Amino acid sequence: MSAPTTTEIEFKDSAGRVASAAMVDRAPRIEADEQEVSGEKMVLNMGPSHPATHGVLRIILELDGEIITKATPDVGYLHRGDEKIAENMTYTQFIPYTDRLDYLAPLANNVAYALAVEKLMGIDKALPPRCQYIRVICCELARISAHLLGLGAFAMDVGALTVFLHTFTEREKIYNLCESLTGARFTTSYTRIGGLMRDLPPGWVEQCRKFLDEVVVNFDESEKLLTRNRIFVDRTRDIGVITREQAIDFGLSGPNLRGSGVNHDVRKAEPYLVYDQLDFEVPIGSVGDCYDRYLVRMEEMRQSVRILRQCLDKLPGGPVNIPDGKTVLPEKKKVLTSMEELIHQFILVTQGVDAPPGEIYFGAENPKGELGFYINSKGGGTPHRLKIRAPSFVNLSILSALLPGHMMSDTVSILGSLDFVMGECDR
Amino acid sequence: MSAMDLAMRLGKEFGELISAPTEFRGEVTLWVADGERIAEVCAFAKGELKFDYLVDVTSIDNYGEDPRFVVVYHLQGLTHLRHLRLKVALGEEKGELPTVSGVWRTADWHEREIYDMMGIRFRGHPDLRRILMWDGYPYFPLRKDFPLAGKQTDLPEVAFTEPSPMMGGPFVTVAGGVDTIAREPRVRIPESDALEANARLERRRDLGRADEQHGNVRKG
Repeated sequence: MSAPTTTEIEFKDSAGRVASAAMVDRAPRIEADEQEVSGEKMVLNMGPSHPATHGVLRIILELDGEIITKATPDVGYLHRGDEKIAENMTYTQFIPYTDRLDYLAPLANNVAYALAVEKLMGIDKALPPRCQYIRVICCELARISAHLLGLGAFAMDVGALTVFLHTFTEREKIYNLCESLTGARFTTSYTRIGGLMRDLPPGWVEQCRKFLDEVVVNFDESEKLLTRNRIFVDRTRDIGVITREQAIDFGLSGPNLRGSGVNHDVRKAEPYLVYDQLDFEVPIGSVGDCYDRYLVRMEEMRQSVRILRQCLDKLPGGPVNIPDGKTVLPEKKKVLTSMEELIHQFILVTQGVDAPPGEIYFGAENPKGELGFYINSKGGGTPHRLKIRAPSFVNLSILSALLPGHMMSDTVSILGSLDFVMGECDR
Repeated sequence: MSAMDLAMRLGKEFGELISAPTEFRGEVTLWVADGERIAEVCAFAKGELKFDYLVDVTSIDNYGEDPRFVVVYHLQGLTHLRHLRLKVALGEEKGELPTVSGVWRTADWHEREIYDMMGIRFRGHPDLRRILMWDGYPYFPLRKDFPLAGKQTDLPEVAFTEPSPMMGGPFVTVAGGVDTIAREPRVRIPESDALEANARLERRRDLGRADEQHGNVRKG
């Protein structure tokens, strides 16, 4: 008596249940339905105005159901022609434009650009130690700030809004530090060719130490919210896997390259400033998925704190500018009283620094990856050609190879984990 | 092995094709005499000399000189951490090089950018379209004869989208109008709409002509 009943409930999966039900009474109708829906592809236009594209990235997605079959990124909505502008002004005048590249880490851009011009002029090794230490502090503060935003936005995109609020509380403190350091919260323009705009203000070191103690607590909190969060892990683990070979082939840099297990950090590979005198480690991922890129950024922030603490401890005294009137603007007091300084001031403002003819490439490890400047000079105060190697631009080029095969909703995780800035990508 | 040694090995392999290396600020630069063989040189540098990472590709416009353009390749090896810069001169009439996107896939976007900004074409490139400017833009803005202030061009949105279902209707803003007042649906009068539509057609034809002159291929 019980035999028919058991066979009825023995179906393991829902598809089998539907199929058997169809066989019984309405098999022909289901077949007809399937023929109608199969083979249709839909084109979905994601962006340029979409919260998960973090700016103005547009991706044209071709979908088969919810699976992406083709992805065509479209960039350039924020193109301002920075490279053209650079050819038409002096080296110093271009510094404010570098704020607007990766606008989440303007301090790091300032430093990278100043170092590139200094390399061209052959004075990058002659910078006073205090200047070098302060520049490292700038770079690492910028890294923490950019990663905090990157992680917060990434977590928010995959559904964890709280993390965003946590990280933005800390970023606010970094902005306060920036404000007392440079006078601006956002567009810092802090470096000058051959030095800095000004020295650290009184009490800044203590403020910075206090911030570091607070931010470490915040890292722990954010990590508790994410690292073992079931939803976050499910949405990021094994999603958007970039293999080691792919990452190198596509020229990825920064945390995206290291997330794929490539141990390459410009700070270690070709140390600039005083990075070779500082003790820090470079985290690398093992799988290359979105989760690994998250872990790498999380650890990088802790390492940045470590670097910052060492810098604050070791911070030497002395001047912050190269003692050369032909490179750095003289003191205002002297300009008003001394002929020579007046002439220097006049020439520097009207003609700019005198760079030799030649060409250099300088790459710095910025939060998003390797920000490089290629300067081709024919001599004088203006570059003949200035090319910005923007890490976000290069990192985004992998999208058309990475997205196909993923679900539509994974796009959000992948974009969040790549952590790009369109201001830098489009220049 | 220093960057200079690696450059020497490249010179030994290709002989006359590669110039003597020059060094400035610790960076080694080589000129490749024949641009047609750049992909071959790059493949050798990647395969034998372990320059597996293409940092950047860019271009320079030496306006008034002949040959006019220079294309610059920045190579790096992630194992030996050496940099190498390869340079190729390119005349304006030719304006074409073989692509290296088959050697490093990252060259894809760099070459698109060079095409977009400087108008240098790359033979064999999988998808040579403009990347920062819009499809159909008629100029190459990083050339030295392009003015800093830019040149007047048509806005792209009219030329590249299908008419929307309610276009021309009483509640739909007209794209590409002269100013916000002209675009405002409530103040439009039908006659001026027709005039504007004609002007738009005219602009589209102009763009087409400019495309033909510059040899652009427009999408769709």
